[in-house]
Amino acid sequence: MKKLQSRHALAIRCFHWINFAVLAVMIWSGLLIYWANDVYRIGIGPFTLFKFFPESFYSTFNIGFRLAEGMSWHFTFMWLFAINGFLYISYTVFSRDWRYGGIQQFAYLTIIFMGAGSLFTGLAVYKPTQLAWLTSLLGGYQFARFEHFWLTVGYALFFCVHIVQVTRAGWNNFRSMITGYELVEAEKASGD
Amino acid sequence: MRIRSRRSFLKAGAAVLGGVGSFHWLRTRRHDDGVPWPLRRVLETNEQLARDYFSASHLAPTFPESMVSLARENGGEGLSRDFDIRSWTLKVVSSVHSRRLEMTLDDIKRLPRVEMVTELHCIEGWSQVVHWTGARLSNLVAEAGSDARYVGMETPDGGYYVGLDMASAVHPQTLLCYEMNGRELTPEHGAPLRLATPVKYGIKNIKRIGTVLFTNTRPPDFWAERGYDWYAGL
Repeated sequence: MKKLQSRHALAIRCFHWINFAVLAVMIWSGLLIYWANDVYRIGIGPFTLFKFFPESFYSTFNIGFRLAEGMSWHFTFMWLFAINGFLYISYTVFSRDWRYGGIQQFAYLTIIFMGAGSLFTGLAVYKPTQLAWLTSLLGGYQFARFEHFWLTVGYALFFCVHIVQVTRAGWNNFRSMITGYELVEAEKASGD
Repeated sequence: MRIRSRRSFLKAGAAVLGGVGSFHWLRTRRHDDGVPWPLRRVLETNEQLARDYFSASHLAPTFPESMVSLARENGGEGLSRDFDIRSWTLKVVSSVHSRRLEMTLDDIKRLPRVEMVTELHCIEGWSQVVHWTGARLSNLVAEAGSDARYVGMETPDGGYYVGLDMASAVHPQTLLCYEMNGRELTPEHGAPLRLATPVKYGIKNIKRIGTVLFTNTRPPDFWAERGYDWYAGL
């Protein structure tokens, strides 16, 4: 016998999916900005294993010559990213929704710190004179930009791991992030 | 569960459509100087917040001389070839009380000489440490434009032009610059006189200034007309 059990509050589901959409816009507009000075790579000295990004990537996603457009989207959606992220974290901390196991909790703590990191490194690059103390604290303008970029690569990696985990956890788990409910064995449900 | 699922998935589908629809709506709004007008309004709101926070005491960090590198030449708009540097004078105009004056390079060099080693930030994302030498723009404001709200500058041929809010113009690190890295300015870097200010992106650091205009209306700005933020403050 299986029973319905509430898993994610409506607020959490909203924050989660809004964050997904907003982060997608931030990464897209960030790429439009990054293109104008695409200096990062994986490599040592003259040897480059991977350049961020190859021309084929730019042409496939139509990234080039759109710096102004990228900045206008980035500096609009930064507000949604910050406000939604703040509410998401606050709600998670102050509600019962903080009940995952060890490794998962570690992963989510990491992503929270990464979110805060993106916000602060972003501010350091956005206002390096007015917020000079922050820019200096983060290692200077170019280093803050470097950190801001690699945090985004981190999100992309997190996203891949997250998708694998959600796929492995199965349909019941994925559905719970949309409906808020999951099916559990009756005796287990009553024990919660 | 099935009924609950169907209801939730319908709502989720509606939310996805709503999200995609809003994105499309934003993207297709009438353009205001190169960007959809709702984004332009947000840039202006960001500007208001930045201007409220701005302070003349928030100084850009300065660097040791050893960090200065060979200055990159970037952007030739407004630097037409038929320019005669010998007949150049700086024209200073105020639309607030229709005052005009003309200054030679020697007049500007007689103003207190200021040196600073600061980082120039290009809006493209690169930056360079540069040693600037010049006179504070605030000297000129005190002389001819203290009652204006904005400063506009343009090249002698009118091909490039920038607008500055007054607080940025009188910031102690905003210089009318005639030397760069210890040498006279080269034509490519804006000889005989250019703007150097770490409170703005490089696009506002106009080269070869021909006219300075003090005004109460927001001056036109070359890159702001092409989709960039008018304020472009750092």
